[in-house]
Amino acid sequence: MDLFEYQAKELFAEYGVPVPQGKVASTAAEARAIAEEFAAAGKTRVVVKAQVKTGGRGKAGGVKVADDAEDAQAKAEQILGMDIKGHTVHRVLVEEASEIEEEYYFSFLLDRANRTFLSICSAEGGMEIEEVAETNPDAVAKISIDALKGAPADVAAEIVKSGKLPEAAAQGAAEVVTKLWDAFVGKDATLAEVNPLILTKDGRVVALDGKVTLDENAEFRQDLESLAAPEEGDPLEVKAKAKGLNYVKLDGQVGIIGNGAGLVMSTLDVVAYAGESHGGVKPANFLDIGGGASAEVMANGLEIILGDTDVKSVFVNVFGGITACDAVANGIVQALEMLEQRGDDVSKPLVVRLDGNNAELGREILTERAHPAVRQVDTMDGAAAQAAELAAK
Amino acid sequence: MAIFLNKDSKVLVQGMTGSEGTKHTRRMLASGTNIVGGVNPRKAGTNVDFDGNEIPVFGSVAEGMEATGADVTVIFVPPKFTKSAVIEAIDAEIGLAVVITEGIPVHDTAAFWAYAGSKGNKTRIIGPNCPGLITPGESNAGIIPANITKPGRIGLVSKSGTLTYQMMYELRDIGFSSAVGIGGDPIIGTTHIDALKAFQDDPDTDVIVMIGEIGGDAEERAADFIKDNVTKPVVGYVAGFTAPEGKTMGHAGAIVSGSSGTASAKKEALEAVGVKVGKTPSEAAQLVRDQF
Repeated sequence: MDLFEYQAKELFAEYGVPVPQGKVASTAAEARAIAEEFAAAGKTRVVVKAQVKTGGRGKAGGVKVADDAEDAQAKAEQILGMDIKGHTVHRVLVEEASEIEEEYYFSFLLDRANRTFLSICSAEGGMEIEEVAETNPDAVAKISIDALKGAPADVAAEIVKSGKLPEAAAQGAAEVVTKLWDAFVGKDATLAEVNPLILTKDGRVVALDGKVTLDENAEFRQDLESLAAPEEGDPLEVKAKAKGLNYVKLDGQVGIIGNGAGLVMSTLDVVAYAGESHGGVKPANFLDIGGGASAEVMANGLEIILGDTDVKSVFVNVFGGITACDAVANGIVQALEMLEQRGDDVSKPLVVRLDGNNAELGREILTERAHPAVRQVDTMDGAAAQAAELAAK
Repeated sequence: MAIFLNKDSKVLVQGMTGSEGTKHTRRMLASGTNIVGGVNPRKAGTNVDFDGNEIPVFGSVAEGMEATGADVTVIFVPPKFTKSAVIEAIDAEIGLAVVITEGIPVHDTAAFWAYAGSKGNKTRIIGPNCPGLITPGESNAGIIPANITKPGRIGLVSKSGTLTYQMMYELRDIGFSSAVGIGGDPIIGTTHIDALKAFQDDPDTDVIVMIGEIGGDAEERAADFIKDNVTKPVVGYVAGFTAPEGKTMGHAGAIVSGSSGTASAKKEALEAVGVKVGKTPSEAAQLVRDQF
């Protein structure tokens, strides 16, 4: 789960990482009020920053300096509602303007290949680190972190030195590194990036921006719910999540239900290939109903998918491993009955492929029930082709 | 012969008395696995009856090993307690720990992986978030259905559980030496490379199937390894060509970030070192069949 900049900075501040003073606003009037508050404290110049979970805000005009409160309101008006790479700006961060001496880069992230965490530090901050790594690789230090040791003072000092940060910033930056590690672990983050990390004209090291990704698997010990933005995400994804379904909305026409993440990903691919000979139809979603495939889960899944107006046909692809296919077939039948009783429209064609454990029994159940929407195909490739063909009609 | 697990393996189950643990212990026993005990400190000294088979419960992995000579543990404990369960297994220096549990915070996995390293890597860790491994006809440590196929000469390593089952089913008439589900988390213990190396050295494996999916660069690193170290034919399959950037596709590790972790890059890397990569699971199965 990605955080907004203002959330990342609140998290940093909680762990003692210095950040500029700032507050978040969702209207231009609120932005003005915040700027007035800062002006009263002698900080007349503020920065108004679009809060979107994507890079390139500055280039898109989503970050503007305001000379006073009135200007802050005007700038907020320009920025709120703006579209930045497909993200609508619903909030702005109004922040005291910082006097920047120099800009650096620092991050902690997951290092999958080495099965640990990595710190990246550079004296070249303020631009995309990938860009710096390409044009000036010597300027980017990558230091592996021992997950058991973390980033205490000695490790932090070494990181800052490897990143070639100047003497004036070294002590302050090392302190930021240690505190940021505590935040990284304490909040179960998989990314904590500060770009730029700045040295102010009065010699302080401050996190001027913040990008944080939190691990959703840590939900049992972290409060992720309060960090979720209500307006975020596709409405069908939000609805599916509330039902505990593992669903991702895509832009095609063939609804997909399957069991197991790998098999569902594979199903999307097979449908997309089949779609190449049927007018380019594509999968409409990812939905993994997991091992159980009970009638209730199947009904919830079908409800979401049939409720997607883009969907023209549905492909239910189940391999009975632990789950027996007769149970899955009963689940499909009961799910359709459940939806029909509720008055839902279940007329979109449903192509079902059952294979594996008790596949014959499962197929018999569906044949006997003979629901007009359901048709069976024995192979994954064949079923994908039929679902694509039906969606192309 | 097989890899990591055979008929002589003596298996403990951590979390045997929980609902998943009980269900799968019964299944493992039914498929001939030599389950020698469960681990639960609160139920130590009791026995659990599995259809007439009395399995003792021990207070710790170390006690279970002491009493039975166990060399494998399968872990079904909930995510919250998995880290300490794995650390207990590492401390006991058991040879193989298979972590089935899904939903473990990656900081916990990184911590127990680092801990294993600090103790000299005496315990091979498979998983987390995996279906475990099976050596058909000999032993089954995890949740892979044992009735899909029979012993044979294909070795399989996969990030995905259901694609493992699918592939075993498609090639059920040929059979498998071992099938290893390494799991779909961003940090996992045993990798594609570890399994490829073991299959290369296994005299009972003739053809290796490697199933990957989007996210990270494990498949690319496996391709590098294959180039210099694997002489047996390898057939590949990669899932997730149609996955959008920035979306987690079911498995915590299955995410394309920017231009990295794409299925196309993985397929290209594998093909560049001579691995035949199927476009669909059935095409991959056919490519395996062609080797026999």
